[in-house]
Amino acid sequence: MKKILIYLVITIIFSSNVMAGTDGDNNLSSKNPGQVKDCFEKLNRATFKFNQVLDGAVFEPIAKAYRVLPSPIRKGTSNAIGNLSNLVTIPNNILQGDLKKAGENTGRLVINTTLGILGIFDVAKSMGLAEYEKEDYGQTLGVMGTGPGCYLVLPVLGPSTIRDTAGSFVGFLGGDAWYNVTVKNDTQHFNDFDYYASRGTGALDFRAKNLESFDNLEKNSMDFYASVRSLYLQDRQQKISNSTNITNTQNDSDWEEIENQ
Amino acid sequence: MRLKKLSLFISIFLLSFLSISNSYAIEPDIFVQSTVNRASQALNSKFTKDEKIKKLKLIAKETVDINGIGLYTLGAHRKNINTDQINQYLVLFEQYFLKSFASRLAEYSNPEIEVKSKNKLNNNYTMVSSVLVATDQRPEVKINWRIYTKNPENLLIRDLIIEGLSLARTQKEEFSSIIQSNDGDINALFVILKEFAKN
Repeated sequence: MKKILIYLVITIIFSSNVMAGTDGDNNLSSKNPGQVKDCFEKLNRATFKFNQVLDGAVFEPIAKAYRVLPSPIRKGTSNAIGNLSNLVTIPNNILQGDLKKAGENTGRLVINTTLGILGIFDVAKSMGLAEYEKEDYGQTLGVMGTGPGCYLVLPVLGPSTIRDTAGSFVGFLGGDAWYNVTVKNDTQHFNDFDYYASRGTGALDFRAKNLESFDNLEKNSMDFYASVRSLYLQDRQQKISNSTNITNTQNDSDWEEIENQ
Repeated sequence: MRLKKLSLFISIFLLSFLSISNSYAIEPDIFVQSTVNRASQALNSKFTKDEKIKKLKLIAKETVDINGIGLYTLGAHRKNINTDQINQYLVLFEQYFLKSFASRLAEYSNPEIEVKSKNKLNNNYTMVSSVLVATDQRPEVKINWRIYTKNPENLLIRDLIIEGLSLARTQKEEFSSIIQSNDGDINALFVILKEFAKN
């Protein structure tokens, strides 16, 4: 029953994605970067407000408390969470046809889980493995040419798009090995708590690393919602293009137009 | 003999001219490092917050193409407004930019930025790559600087790209959102910019 419900939600999500894709204003993929339509802006803004209140009441104070912990503890936590994320990154490397990265990340996972004591120490980095880049199913869909659909703000989870939300569901349908051994299957070693605790800690770690940046952005934004939307979509565009080269992800036409005025 | 003297004079004149123009031309990566060093000195703890802001505003006026960024952030809307409105906008944008820029930076105490490399995009632009060195509180941050190099003797910063996220583009999309949610009325943006500058 649960599976049917999930399939149903995904079908609806993808069909709305297709509809949004026909308006010519919805084309953020690796082949076709561009504007993403904010079809549910009123609802999104209301959800964004709700998330801000929740953040101020819960996440920000906890993130501030977390920041008081000694740096090695935070670093170790961050490393361990990053190490777990390899379980989603590796299948996505394969789906994107990047077998070299898949091999590197498998090596990283094995080394850091064993020598790095469950990922607390990033031994692979000190052994010279290339910098780790997370991949997820939303990115893979984008690389395959799927448009993002409309921009969405999810309660608690924050900014997303219809494609990225659908990508998250793939993890719940068996695409995330960590979810499979904790929540989906009844194993003797792990339970639901392990999964949700790791996800929560990951979010907390991210929030703690960005306390000042968020405050600064909020203080200096005249439309904070629009700023966050822009930053999220730029970040996704860059990740989907799998490029660290800024010039590949930037549209320079407006600068050129100013030049020619 | 006269001819020899004349040619010597011309050679010296040309050499000194070249030397003068070279002394004013500066490489984009050196320009960024020197701007960062100036900002770092301005953020020295011996100054009060107001003094820091004053110094940072002065640095921004000299090193940032505020008008260029202003026009860029207006996006397609700049085609729909008249010259008077453009001029009014540029004045308001400068006030907004300087206040926002200075107050953002003034929060930092002595940020350490290391310039790593440069990449010439074309005759008008060079991208300078740098990193904000990690501290106990935050990881290393990659910062790219879009330097406008059309006039090699007066290099200007046109954008900062932090971990791949363009500040100019973010600003442009924020302004566009404000104008759109006010039925395309650019005056709504002017009012908000004025309010921001006042507070």
